[in-house]
Amino acid sequence: MPTRGSHEGLEHAAGPSAEHGPDGSAAGYRWSATLGLGVEIRRQLTRRRTQLTLGFLVVLPFLLVAAFELGSDSSHGRAPGLVDLATSGAANFTLFTVFAATGFLLVVVFALFAGDTVASEASWSSLRYLLAAPVPRGRLLRQKLVVALGFSLFGLVLLPAVAYLAGGLFFGWAPARTPLGGTMPNGQALVRLLIIVGYLALALLFVSALAFLLGVWTDAPLGAVGGAVLLVIVSNILDAVTALGDWRTVLPTHYSYAWTDALAPAISWDQMARGVLLSATYTTVLLALAWWHFLRKDVVS
Amino acid sequence: MVRRRTALIGTGALAAVVAVTGTAVAVSRSGPAVHEQMLRVPVGAEPSGAAVSLDATLYTPDSRTPAPAVLLAHGFGGSKYELDSDARDLARRGYVVLTYTARGFGVSGGDIHLDAPGYEIADARRMVDLLADRPEVLKDGQGDPRVGVAGGSYGGALTLLLAATDPRVDAIAPQITWNDLRQALFPQFAVAGAAGPPASPAALTPADGPGVFKRMWAGVFFSPSGSPAVAGLSGSVGPTGSAATVSGTPVPAVDRSGGVTGSAARGSGETGPAIDRSGNSTASGATGSGLGATGPASCGRFAPDVCAAYQQVATTGRPTPQILDLLWQSSPARLIDRIHAPTLLAQGEADSLFPLSEGDANARGIAANGTPVKVVWEGGGHDGGLDETDRLRSLTLAWFDHYLKRDGTPVDTRFEVTVPSAALSAQDTRPAAVVRAAPGEPGVSSPGPVPTTTLPLTGRPQVISAPAGGSPAAVTSLPGVGAQLSALSRSGAGLGLSAMPGQVATFQTASLGTGLGVVGSSRVTLHVAASAPDATLFVQLYDVAADGSAVLPMALVSPVHLDGLTPAGRDVTVTLPAVVRDVAAGHRLRLAVSTTDQAYALPADPRTYRISLADDPALTVPLVATTTLAGGGLSDLLPWALGLLGLVLAVGAGAAVAGRRRQRADAPEPELAEFPLVIRGLGKAYGDGFRAVSDLSLTVRPGWVLGLLGPNGAGKTTTLRMAMGLIRPSEGEIRVFGHRVTPGAAVLSRVGSFVEGPGFLPHVSGLENLRLFWAATGRPAGQAHLEEALEVAGLGEDVHRRVKTYSQGMRQRLAIAQAMLGLPDLLLLDEPTNGLDPPQIREMRDVLARYAATGRTVVVSSHLLAEVEQTCSHVVVMHGGRLVAQGPVAELVGAATSLVVDVDDPVRAADVAGKLPGARQVEITGTGLVLQLVGTPRSQLVRALVEAGLQVDRVAPRHGLEEAFLALVGQEG
Repeated sequence: MPTRGSHEGLEHAAGPSAEHGPDGSAAGYRWSATLGLGVEIRRQLTRRRTQLTLGFLVVLPFLLVAAFELGSDSSHGRAPGLVDLATSGAANFTLFTVFAATGFLLVVVFALFAGDTVASEASWSSLRYLLAAPVPRGRLLRQKLVVALGFSLFGLVLLPAVAYLAGGLFFGWAPARTPLGGTMPNGQALVRLLIIVGYLALALLFVSALAFLLGVWTDAPLGAVGGAVLLVIVSNILDAVTALGDWRTVLPTHYSYAWTDALAPAISWDQMARGVLLSATYTTVLLALAWWHFLRKDVVS
Repeated sequence: MVRRRTALIGTGALAAVVAVTGTAVAVSRSGPAVHEQMLRVPVGAEPSGAAVSLDATLYTPDSRTPAPAVLLAHGFGGSKYELDSDARDLARRGYVVLTYTARGFGVSGGDIHLDAPGYEIADARRMVDLLADRPEVLKDGQGDPRVGVAGGSYGGALTLLLAATDPRVDAIAPQITWNDLRQALFPQFAVAGAAGPPASPAALTPADGPGVFKRMWAGVFFSPSGSPAVAGLSGSVGPTGSAATVSGTPVPAVDRSGGVTGSAARGSGETGPAIDRSGNSTASGATGSGLGATGPASCGRFAPDVCAAYQQVATTGRPTPQILDLLWQSSPARLIDRIHAPTLLAQGEADSLFPLSEGDANARGIAANGTPVKVVWEGGGHDGGLDETDRLRSLTLAWFDHYLKRDGTPVDTRFEVTVPSAALSAQDTRPAAVVRAAPGEPGVSSPGPVPTTTLPLTGRPQVISAPAGGSPAAVTSLPGVGAQLSALSRSGAGLGLSAMPGQVATFQTASLGTGLGVVGSSRVTLHVAASAPDATLFVQLYDVAADGSAVLPMALVSPVHLDGLTPAGRDVTVTLPAVVRDVAAGHRLRLAVSTTDQAYALPADPRTYRISLADDPALTVPLVATTTLAGGGLSDLLPWALGLLGLVLAVGAGAAVAGRRRQRADAPEPELAEFPLVIRGLGKAYGDGFRAVSDLSLTVRPGWVLGLLGPNGAGKTTTLRMAMGLIRPSEGEIRVFGHRVTPGAAVLSRVGSFVEGPGFLPHVSGLENLRLFWAATGRPAGQAHLEEALEVAGLGEDVHRRVKTYSQGMRQRLAIAQAMLGLPDLLLLDEPTNGLDPPQIREMRDVLARYAATGRTVVVSSHLLAEVEQTCSHVVVMHGGRLVAQGPVAELVGAATSLVVDVDDPVRAADVAGKLPGARQVEITGTGLVLQLVGTPRSQLVRALVEAGLQVDRVAPRHGLEEAFLALVGQEG
């Protein structure tokens, strides 16, 4: 193992280039080319964290399949829920998987990708070198957020996609049955699933924004992700307090499950529209705060 | 269940109109206190002449009197105690509330006359008189209190009949009650004449002649009230000790006794006992007085005429003129055109006793008088169903606030329906109900007719038989548990008894292309021929899913009794049960005609019927356009959406403006373009007040290797961070090649940096780290000079290992290599030799010298003097955040030549040396002197010391820069 470097190469190095941009930049430097999405994806995709998370989303449907194969049905005498219909076919299995994942798993996935992306760079000290490269701060946030959201969305699509395949393999390809008693041909069920995934993507956006803000604020990735998940749990708990009345409708998780409206014969958009608007409002405010803070922040990590 | 603290019943105060028997003040947990007064109210005597007084309670609010009054009436089998929580709630909201136990129940005296005008209704008017005498009650005139009346079921009919006979009543809220008790107990769903458009969604104009005796419900309704146990089962325990008769825990429905009147009555007074009764009817039959027995003793607390009439019907299954007249006397239908009090009318969808058609008839009749009517079809009813107590309570309160308090609150007159299984519960995704509303009920509170659609039916003629004795009979519903039964059959665990083989004719629609929101009664015309002159049939409409599973909504059936049939048969138009249901696309509707239903009296003789579709075989389905109430619609969201859009635009605009302002302030200074680094008046105070750098100015020229020297905490790192744009200066500025350094300034692309340790992705290799870093700059790979950088790092094959496996020194060298990527014009290195071993340090020194030799500039910070002295061409000494000296290293070293002199007597030596010209700063140390000698040769100093007889051990120059540094720092300190 060599223990020292060498400066032979520097012997032949040319002098400083005289070519500079009007902004004083080195030749070939454009701020709009810094931290390209491909680069950021490479940075994130090589991480164990990313691989494990996405891997878990692939494994989860099979775990559920195993659980259903082991367990026995005990829902007699009650109106069926999605869980009771889960084994009736690919579409129903997918719906149940999404339902089971909505409350916590997807929240964690969204919080993880968005909360960890800046905070982990800070904890590795690599953030300061990116900023000095220089990647303009707003650009860094934008690229990181876009990639984090991209991974989140990929996870959100991956889970139902794998669930659909797993459900089809183990439970067949029967048309979807809804707890309301209707059935949907697979084509229609897939359209509804797309609507559900689309809604969830928008409704969970605030989780990303919250985690992102915390990740910009702190240098501890765990603090950002955990903090965001914690706040979502708090929101869920408050939402369970019916005494709060209409105040609950401003809780960001109040409309988490509004996508179940997409399973009615005629989709009711009222709740989903509120969920999307609420999430978008929170997202706007939280992201504005994240930008505002990061653009002014003294990076000392 | 509300268990009252015992209050003594006064006995000697009957001389007064009202006897005050006990007063209790209950302080509510929240809101103002409520005063409670137990009353004994004398009312009209029984036909036998026996005096009757009623058990009543007056609740008065703490303040705000005189206030409007509300009279609450309980359900059948109940008492005033089930109304307690409603009464308190209303009193807390500023109403004087009077509750009382009706004649024949609880500890009130008298017999049950079934809301007869001469008894129960007269009693209620007596209660209004009482309110008129109370000073706490707001009056509209002499003897005319401002009063609203609310009640459910038995109390609901009382409410309607009172409003029809007492003009002092100002608003009413009857719930789940009957319109025509004859139709309720002898339902006839065959429609007179041909089927026209329905007047209202649940309109039913029965054909002449009574229908089919509702045997099971009537049994529940009539028989148990006479038995002693009923008072206990009514859900409230009176103060007289009837608690002793309550055995075991109360039925769950009793807990719902809090509902504003209607649900209370239903819950405790009727549904509760009904469930209980159906479970042990034999037991109570044995202990109580059996139906077959005659004489007043067997009638319990029923008035003898009511009792006798019922027993006759129960025996034959067909009505007598006496009972029909008796039931008519107790029917709001008789006086409906006299009701002018604004009416909030709630009817239950899960109600086989008083179905929606009863409420619809009441609403239509009252609205025809020009009286304001709001109709609510709620998800509950006598069969159970949903518990919407809270919603009904707030609707009632809003109604009274508007019409009694007249406080200007707008009143909602929309027609509300509860659609069961219209959405999925967010908790468990099981079907959940949704409340929807239409501007008004067509034909009632908004103009008719009801919009309908017709669905063609198919099915060949079918012959069905009615078994002798009516057994076996289909089981569609059990009183009080009909809805639960329906839920069972949907889940596939049903009894399968709603259609007995050979007893049912079925006809189906085609699979629906689009979903239907059914609100109300469908209609169909059938052709019926019979082997007997009369026919008893039960018509049902199933919702059949694509997989064949069928649901009978709310387990409701339409009993039809036909007379005067001939073997040729005739067309009969039948109104199907009014339901609220979303029928999904792909489903079918199935019409089933059954010959039996065990809840009804059935013909004893066997017969056969031939059922076929009429010439126009179609089902007319009512569709009322409704919107989800809780959903709130989408139009409300427009302001929100626009506001959000505005917010987004404002945030974007704010960011753009701020960005442009920054750009303008950062105009380059071309005259400084040749200077790699110019710092002017730089200062940095952190948020916590700590000043890291103050008033620092320096200029660095190309080709320099500038040493930034200072002890730890001198502000070197902070300065470098500011030069990298990581930290904003508090004052002053940093310019690199004339461009001001701001976070992310483009000119930083000409700066390579290493500050406070390396920063790499631990999970990728050293090489990949350098590649990723260069890729992040967005510059062409060809400019990276990766080879040279790798050479500087000197990691060999280790560049392919993950960085997390590297030693500190390896990371350090990799970080310096990263700083050199692209051979930046200015290299900022913070303590680059930390963690390197001596050979590496030496190599690093060469690297930096070579680097500067290319015409580039290096700024190195260090706290090691030797390093700066050996590496740098220029030095800046910092201490406490300030610049204390700067200049070429040689100059700084030369300017401060000190001598260390070791002698045996330092004190005397200092004296001698101090007299020499050019001697300065003479200091005595432990072993000798330290002094500066300017302009005087050292030999002269030695000679002077020796001549003074001192022993000189050593004379040596002290390390130059260290001396200067300590001297400078010492001055500062």
